[in-house]
Amino acid sequence: MAVRYGTAQLVTLQVQDLAFGFPGHTVGREVSFSLTAGEAMCVLGPNGGGKTTLFRTILGLLEPHGGSIALDGVPLGSLSRSEVARRIGYVPQGHSAYFAFTVLEFVLMGRTAHLGVFSVPGRKDRELAARVLESLGIGHLSHQPVTQISGGERQLALVARALAQEPGLLVLDEPTASLDFGNQVRVLEKILALAASGIAILFATHAPDHAFLASQRVLLLAEGRALEIGAPAQVIRPDSLQRLYGVSVEVLPLAGGRYTCVPALR
Amino acid sequence: MTSRTLSYVLAASALLALTALAFAVGRYPVSLSEIVSLLASKITGSANPLPANVETVVMQVRGPRVLAALVVGAALAAAGTAYQGMFRNPLVSPDILGVSTGAALGAVLAIFFSQGIVVIQLFAFTGGLAAVGLVYWIGSRLRGHDPLLALVLTGVVIGTLLGSMIALLKYLADPYNQLPAITYWLLGSLAAIAPRDLAAAAPLAIAGLAPMLLLRWRMNLLALPDDEARALGVDTGKLRTLIVAAATLMTAAAVAVSGIIGWVGLLIPHAARLLVGPDFGRLLPLAMLLGAAFLLGVDTLCRTIATIEVPPGVLTALIGTPFFLWLFAMARRSW
Repeated sequence: MAVRYGTAQLVTLQVQDLAFGFPGHTVGREVSFSLTAGEAMCVLGPNGGGKTTLFRTILGLLEPHGGSIALDGVPLGSLSRSEVARRIGYVPQGHSAYFAFTVLEFVLMGRTAHLGVFSVPGRKDRELAARVLESLGIGHLSHQPVTQISGGERQLALVARALAQEPGLLVLDEPTASLDFGNQVRVLEKILALAASGIAILFATHAPDHAFLASQRVLLLAEGRALEIGAPAQVIRPDSLQRLYGVSVEVLPLAGGRYTCVPALR
Repeated sequence: MTSRTLSYVLAASALLALTALAFAVGRYPVSLSEIVSLLASKITGSANPLPANVETVVMQVRGPRVLAALVVGAALAAAGTAYQGMFRNPLVSPDILGVSTGAALGAVLAIFFSQGIVVIQLFAFTGGLAAVGLVYWIGSRLRGHDPLLALVLTGVVIGTLLGSMIALLKYLADPYNQLPAITYWLLGSLAAIAPRDLAAAAPLAIAGLAPMLLLRWRMNLLALPDDEARALGVDTGKLRTLIVAAATLMTAAAVAVSGIIGWVGLLIPHAARLLVGPDFGRLLPLAMLLGAAFLLGVDTLCRTIATIEVPPGVLTALIGTPFFLWLFAMARRSW
């Protein structure tokens, strides 16, 4: 099918009865959901619940053990690595930098799937990377080595690199983990803004509050199974959180129809 | 001029100066003006007024040796640069996957069976390729591990096995005839290089260099964690196989003619990265310039500091160790 570059494509992620895991070891099964353009979906679940494994399977980094995944109506398995990379931007859980690439070079790596095999990023790629960096408020870091910026700045650089892929779907694996409070809020604001611009967003978090703040739908994932999928206010309840995390939580309404979660300490 | 451009200019100037020096010094000194007039006469095709032995020294004796130092130095540095980026580790050298040990076993085997130089070189080249092929084959079959870690650990284990076979052959070798030849080969030398060795090694080195140059942008992504590089659209498995093959070809070609000369492929990429940063497209040309200059300088020292030839592998280690420790101490926290 024809692929239009430079414009937001109406990517729909369709996950149907998916079983996923590592070679020889199935982690989760019977997961089904779909995601349309402009929608942000949050995956909540305990450590080891299969969030990262699910994401890696959606990205085509792990083979599905059953069921199907389609991007734009196209089966994931029929897409090449670069075709997937032009559709899905990936923000991994933290990044250990080995070499002192500059932030600009790092973000330009996001352009690789749009380049010919033997090509090097050109002026247009540089301009796009610079624009993305500006839009995330880290333009001033362009020439800093990625090894020498703070954790929060590196997280934003990872988001910038994923946006440089010009994806229709952005997958973020715990984008707020290890960030200070201010940077957590900034990343959530960015997720809202990106969804508003028409990108479909799938992100994992350990904070149920973040699901209230930045997503339209929530998927509760425990032991590899989707317990519930729905609007945050419907799905995030004391009993579902108790089941998910094994602790008592109060879900308190705030002014303006918002909610917050407070653990009930014993 | 940016500091990056300055790095290239300085490296190229050093290379030029060292080349002139290498032609000039030695047991039979040749003046710079003699070299220039000889070059001019070769280019214009006119007869030169110089004594015949000057021409012999420059064209027959030093010419091939200087060229060999340049080719071997550049090839080892390029292979080291590729491997360090690919294995995300600045302490990696071109022989991490056993190419040197494999080549050494091949050469030692040929010496043990009293073969001539051509067979020794052929065995060395084949041994190097076979060792890496074996490591790669086993490493890629160890599923369920980080593919890079599997490769490196397999390389270490196979390298140790091949090393013990070399030790056995040394133990069994004739101590008056074969053992010195083996030791000499294991320490490396550019003394006995003939033009035909170069004619065989240079095309192989260029064949290995071509994919590195063409894929220079994608090489950068191999420095990322595997998942990230794949998510950005790079088929890391294919790219890694291609670069391992290219770097192995270059190293095996170099080792086959020069024996094992350590440190160049470890030290030079590291120094070049400090000067121009990790971008492979900028790094590779500088590493090759520096590698060629370094090995040429070392080889010139090897044949001039004493009445006997000093093995270059000894000198590169003597220079390399303190220099590397200094780099290490000076380096920023990151590479």
